[in-house]
Amino acid sequence: MGHLVTGQGSTYDVVVVGAGIVGAACAHFLTREGLRVAVLEKGIVGGGATAAGMGHLVAMDDSPAQLALTKLSLQLWRGLLEELPASAEYRETGTLWIATDEEEMAEVRRKYGLYSSMGLACEVLDGEALAKAESELRRPLAGALRVLGDGVVYPPVVAQFLLREVAERGALFTGRSVSSIEGNVITLGDGTRISTGYVVNAAGCSAVDLTSGFVMRKRKGHLIITDRYPGFLRHQVVELGYLKSAHSVTADSVAFNLQPRATGQILIGSSRQYEDEGAAVDDDIVRKMVERACAYMPGVARLSALRIWTGFRAATPDKLPLIGPSPGNPKVLLATGHEGLGITTSMATAQLITDMLLGRSSPIAREPYLPSRMNYEAAHA
Amino acid sequence: MPEFILVLVNEVPVRVERGSTVAVALFVAGVPARRSVNGSPRSPVCGMGVCMECRAEVDGVLHSRTCQIVCEPNMQVRTQ
Amino acid sequence: MTRSFDVLVVGAGPAGIAAAVCAADEGREVAIVDENPHPGGQIWRIGRENTEHGKVVGDAEVWMRRLDRTSVQSFLGWHIFDAPAPKVLRAAWGPEVAELHFKSLIIATGARERLLPFPGWTLPNVLGAGGLQALVKAGLPIRGKRVVVAGTGPLLIAVAVYLRQKGADVVALCEQASTSNLLKFGIGLLGQPTKLADAVRFGWQSRGIPLRTSCWPTAALGRDKLERVALNDNGRAVEIEADYLACGFHLVPNCQLVSLVGCVLDGSYVRVDEFQQTTVADVFSAGETTGVGGVEAALVEGQIAGLTAAGARQKAASLLKERNATRRFTRLLDRTYALNPDLRRLPASDTIVCRCEDVSMKAVQGNASWREAKLQSRVGMGACQGRICGAACEFLFGWGMESVRPPIQPVPVGSLIGTRAENF
Repeated sequence: MGHLVTGQGSTYDVVVVGAGIVGAACAHFLTREGLRVAVLEKGIVGGGATAAGMGHLVAMDDSPAQLALTKLSLQLWRGLLEELPASAEYRETGTLWIATDEEEMAEVRRKYGLYSSMGLACEVLDGEALAKAESELRRPLAGALRVLGDGVVYPPVVAQFLLREVAERGALFTGRSVSSIEGNVITLGDGTRISTGYVVNAAGCSAVDLTSGFVMRKRKGHLIITDRYPGFLRHQVVELGYLKSAHSVTADSVAFNLQPRATGQILIGSSRQYEDEGAAVDDDIVRKMVERACAYMPGVARLSALRIWTGFRAATPDKLPLIGPSPGNPKVLLATGHEGLGITTSMATAQLITDMLLGRSSPIAREPYLPSRMNYEAAHA
Repeated sequence: MPEFILVLVNEVPVRVERGSTVAVALFVAGVPARRSVNGSPRSPVCGMGVCMECRAEVDGVLHSRTCQIVCEPNMQVRTQ
Repeated sequence: MTRSFDVLVVGAGPAGIAAAVCAADEGREVAIVDENPHPGGQIWRIGRENTEHGKVVGDAEVWMRRLDRTSVQSFLGWHIFDAPAPKVLRAAWGPEVAELHFKSLIIATGARERLLPFPGWTLPNVLGAGGLQALVKAGLPIRGKRVVVAGTGPLLIAVAVYLRQKGADVVALCEQASTSNLLKFGIGLLGQPTKLADAVRFGWQSRGIPLRTSCWPTAALGRDKLERVALNDNGRAVEIEADYLACGFHLVPNCQLVSLVGCVLDGSYVRVDEFQQTTVADVFSAGETTGVGGVEAALVEGQIAGLTAAGARQKAASLLKERNATRRFTRLLDRTYALNPDLRRLPASDTIVCRCEDVSMKAVQGNASWREAKLQSRVGMGACQGRICGAACEFLFGWGMESVRPPIQPVPVGSLIGTRAENF
């Protein structure tokens, strides 16, 4: 472990605030470029949204910018897989986007065209092929898009893994809260002041408390996990209606979204709620989630449920993350607002942040994710 | 005189006193209730529904807590 | 199924039965729920066989009869798994679900054994001390089997005596507490005549059972099941051949439900006032959840809780003196059976700590907190929801537990929302 230098001496090139998967990935990439990095975490590594989420590595096409970011991220994840410990529980499950009717099959074909053109391996399954791929699904269903390269991972272990080198060559401080960031000086909860070259604010939902000039909301989610049922499910299966659910900006929504864990456990999702900022399990939401899951896969009702938990996604108004210099303070780079895609897009976020700090170009356009877009929207709203 | 009934543990008939729990039938059958995540044999530990080591498939229901279920004649028990 | 009651009692051991009887005698509509198919709790379990000579004896008989004479509705074999709204609990029995509404709730969920990891403790035929007793009560033939009873607490002698009555050959009774602690316990009992009488009776009944103090198991040995037990007997290594090892380190309270409904805990126990009122309005707790004090404490606390919940506070007040006496006994137990810190060194680095997920000591140690250990090693993430390994880690590492989330017992996914699986 390094030690914090207060006052004038700047021991670290970059201080990353937040040791969730996004902060961990940023610190990891920067450390590999030879920079001295310190990470400040108010709780434990990977203990926030990183621990609460599903860990689905997925290509998503809500917008061209989202597709570009998720695609780059999946490539970067692939480069990491060989190094990951077994406890990271990576499995290339693929994703099945389920269509219930012809209208949704049209969406399957549109998505197939788009993903194929981007070089993402996928195939269209008709109802029969879908029933073969996942025998527990209700029949008949219209079909599905199978995206082959998607996978699942256990994010808290990945975050810890990404920080190993950082802790050796820079520093990792857990249980240290940040109370303010001014210029390139960070003040901790205990009054300690640290000056650094740059700050990366990857504090998830708490990022807004430390840096001004943008808006984010907490979007609550629920998940249910079952006992072990090896072979019950092979793919991550998601209803196409998920898009409608994930995209709705206001109302509470649930969607059928099931994930097979490496352990044989089944993770049952998903819900999205604004307004409710308490961690308590909402019985009404659980009811809707279970009804939704059982409408697609009735056998889920028999599985033994072990735990329900909640977590909060950091949501921006346009559903794209904030990656880049904060509008009011060029010494602070934001890396937050990933909503439900933080695990997947942590990698591309880290790549973009690293490129920015090293003055390099990036494999994809960075403009769609720059925090300055928010000011533009606010000014023109 | 105690009365005995037969239950099937992994398809083998096992004779237990009426009123015995399924966990007892597993001991009498001499089989572990379950294989752990790493494959080691486990038998019931707490006898009161807490430790989950006695889980087995009972009449088709996986992960049943056998120490909380009383044997019925011809019950089908499968170790997991 | 939805049902409403004035007073809902969870746990049908001595505390719960006393509470239900007292509340019912005050004219309230009362229900009692217990996971076990039979009432009585671990201590009075009457199932296929009663405590002595085929019939219920002593306090158990008195209270069971009183319960039978009331109109208390019993939900036996049902387990509470959720508190979806204030004044509502959800219970499951197999695939069936019931929503139980109440005006007052009395939580008497008792205690479980503290099990500590040591090399070989996962071998078949290594059980809790109360665990083996419960299984014998549930029909396990034990005649002629060689049993080592080990761990700590007053339960050990009771178990050893019971097993011998059932024909077992109790080859060793190993108590980790020292002889001097046990003597102090005996002196402490002088002010508690009924407890002293119990102790003398057990002392008499246990004659001939080889008692070793300052002694604990260091390993369970065998190929596919237990064959031998290695002991540390006052610093000497000893090995004994055995068919069963029944090993429990006193008791830890079952505070999942009190936590789920939002009651404040003091350490491991739920905080109650002298009328057994918790920090949540209309929620009471009695028995081992408030401090491990045995049957007498449970009975008096149960009566106080039942009477108070039924609005008979004056009658409850008449029991407060008795309650203070049982509280002294609770503290005496805690002192006598405090765990020897050397027991923290029992697990080797490859010893399994979390039995559900097979997480070893080396994967657990080095983490800074229970939550970190859970996230990084999967300890406590399995089906027992940390009831076994969590209590062990509390002792091994001094970790506090996390808040409780539903379901507090595994239930079918359909039951989470009160729907039978075949209705989907």
